[in-house]
Amino acid sequence: MAKKEISQVTSPVQKGRRCVAFAKAWKKHWILYMMFIPVAVYYLLFYYKPMYGILMAFQDYQPMKGMLGSDWVGFMHFKDFFQNYYFWRIVKNTVIISGASIIFGFPAPIILALLLNEVGSTKFKRSVQTISYMPHFISMVVICGMIRVFVADNGIITDLLVLFGMERQPLLSNPDAFVPILVISEIWQGMGWGSIIYLAALTGIDQTLYEAAVIDGANRWKQTLHVTIPGIAPTIIIMLILRLGSILSVGYEKIILLYNPLTYETGDVISSFVYRKGLQEMNWSYSTAVGLFNSVVNFVFLMITNSISRRVSETSLW
Amino acid sequence: MKIKKSMSYRCFTVANTLFLLLVSFTMLYPMLYVLFASFSESNALLMHDGLLYWPVGANTEAYMKVFNNPMVWSGYRNTLFILIVGVSLNMVMTTIAAYVLSRKNLPGSMAMTAFIVITMYFSSGLIPNYLNVKGMGLDNTLWALIIPGAMSAYNMIMMRTFFAGIPDSLEESATLDGANHLVILLRIVLPLSGSVVAVMILYYAVSHWNSWFNAMIYLRDRTKFPLQLVLREILIQNDTSTMMENLSNLEQGSIAETIKYAIIVVSTAPILMVYPFLQKYFVKGVMIGAIKG
Repeated sequence: MAKKEISQVTSPVQKGRRCVAFAKAWKKHWILYMMFIPVAVYYLLFYYKPMYGILMAFQDYQPMKGMLGSDWVGFMHFKDFFQNYYFWRIVKNTVIISGASIIFGFPAPIILALLLNEVGSTKFKRSVQTISYMPHFISMVVICGMIRVFVADNGIITDLLVLFGMERQPLLSNPDAFVPILVISEIWQGMGWGSIIYLAALTGIDQTLYEAAVIDGANRWKQTLHVTIPGIAPTIIIMLILRLGSILSVGYEKIILLYNPLTYETGDVISSFVYRKGLQEMNWSYSTAVGLFNSVVNFVFLMITNSISRRVSETSLW
Repeated sequence: MKIKKSMSYRCFTVANTLFLLLVSFTMLYPMLYVLFASFSESNALLMHDGLLYWPVGANTEAYMKVFNNPMVWSGYRNTLFILIVGVSLNMVMTTIAAYVLSRKNLPGSMAMTAFIVITMYFSSGLIPNYLNVKGMGLDNTLWALIIPGAMSAYNMIMMRTFFAGIPDSLEESATLDGANHLVILLRIVLPLSGSVVAVMILYYAVSHWNSWFNAMIYLRDRTKFPLQLVLREILIQNDTSTMMENLSNLEQGSIAETIKYAIIVVSTAPILMVYPFLQKYFVKGVMIGAIKG
């Protein structure tokens, strides 16, 4: 009783103080707050309002009945998904595609940056850089269109592979070729652009370290091993940790432009499954449930890698 | 001893140069192949095996078909509209948010930043967003491709970091002269932020130019399709029929190939020709982003 009275006595005063503080701030900065209103409204309408729609993952959502009228089904869609024949397939495909793109795609820009760093002529270096950044500016649809014509059964890449003894075939119908096509095209498009950040890190290395290494009798290879690589190691570690954090989020855009029912076996990932169930089969509640599962897992991964990053390199997202 | 060392390094330099030439060739050649194939004669191209070093049976028939297709023109027009209106909206929203949140001693600015940053980590997913946009009556309008992406939190933070680095003394002296926030933003902060503004414009422009997925899920009228969606019909869904209404089936089958190459050139050449001149801004963007991260 006594406690309650005290709190009742103090709270109006605190409230009053807060109001006064807010009124003061408003009076002084009202223009800034007014400026922020459109931004706040935008985020409310397009980010916070749809969050309410996540609830349909626990409903049997019927567009005619709306969110309020639809029946609640609890975790039914999640259970369905976990017991689904395709559950392991899409999780496995997501991990394989993501893993392959980390194993092969992650080192590529680092190697390119290290090799560019050894080039003496600035002109040559600049030209290689300009050319290698170019594919980054080709749109996703065009990249996938190029892949399609190149690996068709009369495409140029198929022609070249036939010279090396492959049987002539439309490669995009071959499930075994799907992941290599995806990863190689990703490296082709992203390697040059990805090297920018490492080149920046390379210019940040203290030049006196090289001088000291030369005095100690280190050749170029030893300098690379003991000065250059340790110099860009922090950047590499941060990039790797960030990349590992998104291991279960393979984007659907490229996948749905390239796959077809023949390659679902290796190409269908969680996000493309969400798209197909939701927007093609209109299975809204189920698709939302799968999407929610994916974002929760992604968030957990991000939290884990972020805390590792903070411990290892004292750098983190937050 | 010394000679041997420099010898091995010289060998490395030669190998390295050759390797980088090979990398450049691999990057460039697919684009050149598309260019050569687009000017080729369709049947000759189908018969041709292996690399192309020049168009086979050079002609511009495929380009005639592409330029005579109204969908390509309406696609370009819609994309241009989205680019101009979209980027303007992006810049206004990003700039005011970055300006407000970069003010020091603004009560509540932490909460306002959190309000935006949270959305970078929690998104409601494909279906709730789709139903939300649809529920606002934006579907089947170009606004569905503009308003839901009015700003990017990531770009806003990049810009805020830049604004916060501008010396306070400049703004303080302007305040003493009676300048309000609008004047400070337009006359002091923006003129000092030319490079970051250029980076933002380019980033937003490229993302509008490339986007196709939202157009696919929201638009139904073909006259509203942006260029990338027109490209998708032709390149991914193999639908070149709109381009060849009065051709026999046989002719259609053969020319469909070169049309694809020609439309890749028509849609990609503008951006690749402009890019080398803007390269330094894009590179700067990566650096600013990296410092933040």
